[in-house]
Amino acid sequence: MSTPTLETQTYAVTRADLVAYAQASGDHNPIHQDEEVALSVGLPGVIAHGMYTMALTARAVATWFPGAEVVSLGCKFTNPVVVPADGSVEIEVAGEVKGSEDGLTTVALTVTCGGQKVLGMPKAVVRADG
Amino acid sequence: MPVDASLVGRVFPPTSPYAVSEERVRDFAAATGSSYDGGAAPATFPIVLAFDAMNAFLEAEAIDLFRIVHGEQRFAYERPVVPGDVLTATLTVATLRQIGGNDIIGTTSEITDSDGALVCSTSATLVHRGADA
Repeated sequence: MSTPTLETQTYAVTRADLVAYAQASGDHNPIHQDEEVALSVGLPGVIAHGMYTMALTARAVATWFPGAEVVSLGCKFTNPVVVPADGSVEIEVAGEVKGSEDGLTTVALTVTCGGQKVLGMPKAVVRADG
Repeated sequence: MPVDASLVGRVFPPTSPYAVSEERVRDFAAATGSSYDGGAAPATFPIVLAFDAMNAFLEAEAIDLFRIVHGEQRFAYERPVVPGDVLTATLTVATLRQIGGNDIIGTTSEITDSDGALVCSTSATLVHRGADA
């Protein structure tokens, strides 16, 4: 079985996306909407939900392994993704298959924004065929 | 104000049952630019349940949501979440540390279905930024 090459995925994130995500996820923390509140707690500006970035990571995994069951998924949120009031920021999700055992494939991920890693040791394990 | 250290080990009441509908899954997928074509919900969908449990915990402890930053999140799935599931989350405060005026709160939430079977275990580290931090 050959190790598949996983094509790096790039996603643009806007403030409107964060509003939609807050609605869909139930995380209404104002640091993801309100510049003033974000600055007041020492953040560099409005930041994306960590879970938003993690969801994009899961989206990349689903693109690489269509229909595969995800067995585990985890990461640390090491650097904030600052989302400007206008325009967007890009998040890049790269993945590398680390190995397969007992039908489970481990994927090590690298998730960056502007060249800086934003997630700490993101990893997914999927039940993928072949 | 630091978070009460006696919280460690405390199990909070299960959240109200949450009916997973196709519409909710579709909205969640759409919010992150995906489309939903049936079958399993996106892998991070169970965060909806975990947030529900975390919000209840923060409210019960009078912790301001805007002072919380997400530090870490892990999911271990017993099976995928699918529309038709009725789920509840039960949150336990696992660990509590203080670093540089911030509280680092480790929580675990067990997400179970209407039969009481475990669907997903999830752990979250919440960083509570102190007023002076």
